[in-house]
Amino acid sequence: MAEKIRITTPFTEEQSRKLKAGDSVLITGVIYSARDAAHKVMTEALDRGEKLPIDWHDQIVYYLGPTPAKPGDPIGSAGPTTSGRMDKYTPQMLDQGIKGMIGKGSRKPEVVESMKKNGVTYFAAVGGAAALIAKSIKKYEVIAYSELGPEALAALTVEDFPAIVVIDSEGNNFYEIGQKPYRKE
Amino acid sequence: MRTIKTEEITEVVSQLCKEAAYYLPEDVYEALKKGRETEESPVGRDVLDQIIKNAEIAKAEDRPYCQDTGLTIVFVEVGQDVHIEGGLLEDAINAGVAKGYVEGYLRKSVVAEPLFNRVNTQNNTPAVIYTSLVEGDKIHITVAPKGFGSENKSGLEMLVPADGVEGVKAAVMRIIKHADCNPCPPTVIGIGIGGTMDKAAYMSKKALLHRCDEHNPDPQYAKLEQELFEMINKTGIGPQLGGTTTTLAVHVEWGATHIAGLPVAVTICCHACRHASRTI
Repeated sequence: MAEKIRITTPFTEEQSRKLKAGDSVLITGVIYSARDAAHKVMTEALDRGEKLPIDWHDQIVYYLGPTPAKPGDPIGSAGPTTSGRMDKYTPQMLDQGIKGMIGKGSRKPEVVESMKKNGVTYFAAVGGAAALIAKSIKKYEVIAYSELGPEALAALTVEDFPAIVVIDSEGNNFYEIGQKPYRKE
Repeated sequence: MRTIKTEEITEVVSQLCKEAAYYLPEDVYEALKKGRETEESPVGRDVLDQIIKNAEIAKAEDRPYCQDTGLTIVFVEVGQDVHIEGGLLEDAINAGVAKGYVEGYLRKSVVAEPLFNRVNTQNNTPAVIYTSLVEGDKIHITVAPKGFGSENKSGLEMLVPADGVEGVKAAVMRIIKHADCNPCPPTVIGIGIGGTMDKAAYMSKKALLHRCDEHNPDPQYAKLEQELFEMINKTGIGPQLGGTTTTLAVHVEWGATHIAGLPVAVTICCHACRHASRTI
């Protein structure tokens, strides 16, 4: 594998536009977790003209619902969930200034269009490598929607969180690039 | 007649929930390592390395292998000579699931009602329970938590007899290709052929309990499993980011069906093909 690129948050459009599909990265800083229910609540709040609990400008969202932390641990197992389920809400959320998304799996064309417009990078973490990924998460703090349990909006302090750029800000898709040489049908 | 108390069933189910969440079955682990040896994509090899390391950490530290600790499926085989004392079997199983998920720090991923309210039950109950009556005076319990990243990509087609073997293969491949990189490959594929719509789906779930290195006892179905295994591994999907290790095993369960029908159900399971069993 090529050398890993180090990224720190906040994650600006300038940083985002430098990354290319297939780049391997290590992310350090604060990222925010939200999944299905938090996305529904946030976009409903935006529709009502309300302010969101955090300023998403130059931030990275991680599609995650962790297991509860064992005593003494900052977080339980914490791998990515399927990003496609957030597609319905994503263009509206990217308009809030999000510059990076971490999840797993494919995205709809309208999400990719919104990514290109806003200069956003979509990263994949390895699906199902939850105990390993948790080692790079040093702190987990619920910010809002605690009633949603594992689906709450939370701030995660991460160190060298491993991810791969799967769709870059120009819309290049590593899921397609990566599969092509091995398709033997 | 042998008496088994519901407390014992609850305790066993609770233990099995934790074991299934922490310890990947050894045959799945070996299949992952075998896939790592033959994987042609360098990125794919890196992904498999992470998945194998994850299994080792989860096992060594008693941590959930995946944060999606699943909707709990419980297969129960009850010997006809068993008398269950202390309440209903279903209540005893659900009490065990609740205990296991709370005590084991597993994620509670169940909502009580699917459409209008979606309120989390906070203890991962109710489980999906399949009970069958068998010979003898024992109870055999298998806990198989099912993650929904892969469950959402599962599918079913109601074929007709004229579709035949080629039709079955085409249906399976449509479901696999539609799932693409999303169900956390390398996967384990359970296929149910025959029965009714619901019976085919049930058989496809049960098929996931076979060992990865096990083949169908019927040579015709064993050949079908092998052919599908090769076809799926030629799609290029690979271990999430492209490659040659798309699936670890394909298992078929089949059953009698109607003269007009050929139902085919495919349950896709992620590499976290978790299950744990015990006999009481």
